[in-house]
Amino acid sequence: MLETLSRSKQASVGAASGSAVSVTNLHIRFGANDSSFTALSDVSVEIPAGSLVTMLGPSGCGKSTLLRTVADLVHISDGSVSVHGQTPRKAREGRDFAFVFQEATLLPWRNVIDNVRLPLLVGKREAGATYADPEELIALVGLKGREKAMPHELSGGQRQRVAIARALVTRPRILLMDEPFGALDEITRDKLNEELLRLWQETGTTILFVTHSIPEAVFLGQHVLMLAAHPGRVKEFMTVDLPYPRSLAMRDTVEFIRVTAHLRTLLGEC
Amino acid sequence: MANVLPSQAEGRALVDGNRFKMLDAAAGAALRHLPATLAILGCILLWQLVVWGFSVPTFMAPGPLDVIKAFGENAGVLWANFWPTLMEAVLGFVFGNVVAVLLAVWFVHSPLAERAFYPIAVIIKSIPIIALAPILVLLVGNGIAPKIIIAGLICFFPTLVNMVQGLKSVSPAMLDLMRILSASNSEIFWKVRLPSSLPFLFAALKIAATSSVMGAIVAEWIGSSYGLGALIIEATYNFRSPLLYATVVIAASLAVVLFFAVSFAESKIVRWKPTTDH
Ligand SMILES: Nc1ncnc2c1ncn2[C@@H]1O[C@H](COP(=O)(O)OP(=O)(O)OP(=O)(O)O)[C@@H](O)[C@H]1O
Ligand SMILES: [Mg+2]
Repeated sequence: MLETLSRSKQASVGAASGSAVSVTNLHIRFGANDSSFTALSDVSVEIPAGSLVTMLGPSGCGKSTLLRTVADLVHISDGSVSVHGQTPRKAREGRDFAFVFQEATLLPWRNVIDNVRLPLLVGKREAGATYADPEELIALVGLKGREKAMPHELSGGQRQRVAIARALVTRPRILLMDEPFGALDEITRDKLNEELLRLWQETGTTILFVTHSIPEAVFLGQHVLMLAAHPGRVKEFMTVDLPYPRSLAMRDTVEFIRVTAHLRTLLGEC
Repeated sequence: MANVLPSQAEGRALVDGNRFKMLDAAAGAALRHLPATLAILGCILLWQLVVWGFSVPTFMAPGPLDVIKAFGENAGVLWANFWPTLMEAVLGFVFGNVVAVLLAVWFVHSPLAERAFYPIAVIIKSIPIIALAPILVLLVGNGIAPKIIIAGLICFFPTLVNMVQGLKSVSPAMLDLMRILSASNSEIFWKVRLPSSLPFLFAALKIAATSSVMGAIVAEWIGSSYGLGALIIEATYNFRSPLLYATVVIAASLAVVLFFAVSFAESKIVRWKPTTDH
């Protein structure tokens, strides 16, 4: 089943030492010059290829802005962002990354499989690029048998699974996720977190994951990137020393509690 | 071959099953609409009793029986005047809505066009239609044209407003997604904007279906010699009240039929429900 995603796997193995995203002295300002608002100020960070980096920070500190800048949705005011050595725009056109939003953003008139196929129907498709099989991806996210279901017949968690399958269909090397499970109940969220970890380990995709929840950030993250607000800047980039595969029980270990406590203190200072 | 086709008996069972299903559906519909049907019949009965009880003169208010008689006596006249009104209403409906939809598409793609022409659309909308009729008769003559234009104008505005809103109803996240997929403007239009505008469009079309009949009839009041509108005027001036009532019933039925035609089309085309993303 996972041969469908092998492109990302090979890529990550080949470039394991390099960085998937490198941000250098990035400044993002919104609005006209006289009334401009600085959302990000002098942000520099390296996201290693194949890593899972979670992003924390107080509301409004620019987490979404950073993610959207990588995804070529925000104009760079100053500094540079490189995605596998390319500009965000080139990376977008090359289908190097995919984005998962807080809302599933499914087209309500398309059934599950047609929603997953959407990326294959629009935009410039690379000549000779081979994409993942939508049916296998639907099975991968645990929705086998629901291919023909309409979005309104699914629960919030199931819709988010469809959104993840849709993001994976172009075999992106980077997955950008902005609070993807933020609107879900805790049990569903735990389950999806475990499945995301499994997916990451099996495919080797680089994942950049924004969340508001410290336990979620620590449970998932190989590294945690903490941003501070006013203006948005890097507070800390730390490595979480907990072995994979991780299970939910790990959240009761001393190390887990130590890391979350540390992050909570840091967040309080932001 | 034999194991592909259903046997004759199976086929008959299938047809019978369908017939039962249809009967079932009809019975269900009748039951569901029973209260409304009884209420309407009750009102008609009450009307007849009032007319009898107070000996209301027929020219002032004919009873239901007089109206039914008028249907029989004037079937030819009613029929002859029904067609022009139907034509005007339908053509006005088509033209008014097509222009409104095209304008809405233009507005959504060009904010400048929207800012320039939306106010003009509002001004046209605020002119009372009945005041516009004589002006149009002077402009384009007394044929079918002014009627179609008025029926179209009445449809135009609600559809324009709804369609613009519908085309803009796409969530910003959806547009971000399409941008990340490097989708072109026309792909965004056909794959996202147009389908999500359909519920808005049909809401407007249902209004337009009934108001186009009203527009055609109002237009026929101004110096027309045919159509249900002209018949209403003529029957009123000649104190042929039963005929007047019969004409009104026909006009109302026409509007109802058009409304249900649009509703039917909607149920066939918009088969999805919007998901409420929390
Ligand atoms: N398009 C925009 N125009 C103007 N200001 C913006 C825009 N996008 C974001 N901002 C501002 O930039 C700041 C950072 O916003 P951003 O959405 O990145 O925060 P966030 O860290 O994702 O917050 P949250 O945790 O609440 O999602 C906010 O103050 C916001 O008001
Ligand atoms: Mg955000």
